[in-house]
Amino acid sequence: MDMYTITRQFADSWMLLFLFGFFVSAIVWVFRPGSTKEYRKPAESIFRNEDRPANDHEEART
Amino acid sequence: MINYLKLAALGVITLFAAIAANYARDLAYMVHAIIIMVVAGGLFLWTLRNTDEPVKKVAVETGYMDGVVRYGVVATAFWGVVGFLAGTFIAFQLAFPALNFEWAEGYANFGRLRPLHTSAVIFAFGGNALIATSFYVVQRTSAARLFGGNAAWFVFWGYNLFIVLAATGYLLGATQSKEYAEPEWYVDWWLTIVWVVYLVVFMGTIFKRKEKHIYVANWFFLSFIVTVAMLHIVNNLSVPVSIWGSKSVQVFSGVQDAMTQWWYGHNAVGFFLTAGFLGMMYYFIPKQAERPVYSYKLSIIHFWALIFIYIWAGPHHLHYTALPDWASTLGMVFSIVLWMPSWGGMINGLMTLSGAWDKLRTDPVIRMMVISVGFYGMSTFEGPMMSIRAVNSLSHYTDWTIGHVHSGALGWNGMITFGALYYLVPKLWNKERLYSLSLVSWHFWLATIGIILYAASMWVTGIMEGLMWREVDANGFLVNSFADTVAAKFPMYVARGLGGVMFLSGSIIMCYNLWMTVAKAPAKAEASAAVPAE
Repeated sequence: MDMYTITRQFADSWMLLFLFGFFVSAIVWVFRPGSTKEYRKPAESIFRNEDRPANDHEEART
Repeated sequence: MINYLKLAALGVITLFAAIAANYARDLAYMVHAIIIMVVAGGLFLWTLRNTDEPVKKVAVETGYMDGVVRYGVVATAFWGVVGFLAGTFIAFQLAFPALNFEWAEGYANFGRLRPLHTSAVIFAFGGNALIATSFYVVQRTSAARLFGGNAAWFVFWGYNLFIVLAATGYLLGATQSKEYAEPEWYVDWWLTIVWVVYLVVFMGTIFKRKEKHIYVANWFFLSFIVTVAMLHIVNNLSVPVSIWGSKSVQVFSGVQDAMTQWWYGHNAVGFFLTAGFLGMMYYFIPKQAERPVYSYKLSIIHFWALIFIYIWAGPHHLHYTALPDWASTLGMVFSIVLWMPSWGGMINGLMTLSGAWDKLRTDPVIRMMVISVGFYGMSTFEGPMMSIRAVNSLSHYTDWTIGHVHSGALGWNGMITFGALYYLVPKLWNKERLYSLSLVSWHFWLATIGIILYAASMWVTGIMEGLMWREVDANGFLVNSFADTVAAKFPMYVARGLGGVMFLSGSIIMCYNLWMTVAKAPAKAEASAAVPAE
């Protein structure tokens, strides 16, 4: 088989499946139990550290 | 020691550029060689002056690296005005062809100025805005200083050198004739270097972040940087005819070249003008509204859906061409699917204001951001519609396309950038507030009415000329010649030009306002050293 047919077959079978699977998993992952509470922290992270970086000695914030 | 290496490298570059200027096969290449020679030579002298000087004890810088962001803000405002001015001028060139002056023929006629306009607004205005805001946002959301020290300065100056080379190249006729990818091979190589350093600075900052989670704006910025690198390299695969000339030959040919070009072209819209600017939206709207984004879940879905779908939409630029039907159908289907995540993102941006809608009345900056999200929604509805093959058969090659692009570029990209600039300048120059909010209102209304004039006149003229081109009489003969449509479009061209004048004057008012903010607005009362414990 020539290169075009091989890559084309791979693209519209396994690669397509992989991309689609990744996409669907990402969306399912977002709705995992407890995520609403989990995401509150990053959503509010923009209101911290406005003027200076977090101090190196501080514990990394979660 | 490092300075000796720098001196050697700069010396070699200067010498090479001097030789290149001498052997240059065309004017654009010669001018570029001279520009590079002057820049490298100047840097050589500057480095030489600072070599083996007594080392001053400088405290290690610990704060955020905002100098480069400040430069970026100034560059954004400057290139914005240049780009809008060029656009307004070429709009009037279309209405009044006499503005293609005889004495400037071959340099300042429409064909030469048009890529200058598009690159000035997309890459110079938009690109500087993206670099500046991404550097600002990634530091705040990572709680870390920019990685790589002066590398950020290299990104800023290197990128602006790229813009100067690109712009002068267009005027002097160096172009590889790929829309939005016009710069010739050596300018492309230079941009590649700059872009890789940009990626390293951005990624490095994320790696050393103090926040556990990578805020969603950074995801958008990162996808913009990575994807643009990929698009840029693949679409600019070309072989120079000579190292002493600007001409190069594309590696792809025919329909493959066309497909690569529009895979690039549409993703320049998708990742440069959408993903990157969404990064701005997800930071500056919540900040200006002083409340977190409406739904963080939705923002993650918005991100992944955009990434997975946008990349396939390019073939809709090639309906009714040599491209196989399946490919253009694929592009069309993905374009329509794209409507969903786009509107999800729009809703997310707008609903961030829920509970704070009163700010729309009192804060013209947030009004600007909200209308930009509105235009994002409008153009991401119009785009999928125009990608449908039947609609495209009417709209393609007409001014409807130009109207669509401008409602996206002026409305979405322009307005969100203005909003970000209004947010950033008081912060960066440590001012309590903007110089004048009523001037922001003036800017807002001038820009909005300008865009409406622009988009409405282009809808009318685009659909009109599309219908005129396909009109046939009872015997099946075409009714109108091309010149008939050009004549019929004149009033709409004038209206479009006036819209441009309004948008341009709004941006000049913004520059004045920002300048006065830096010069005259009261400084922020020095916050006492106490930082709130968190």
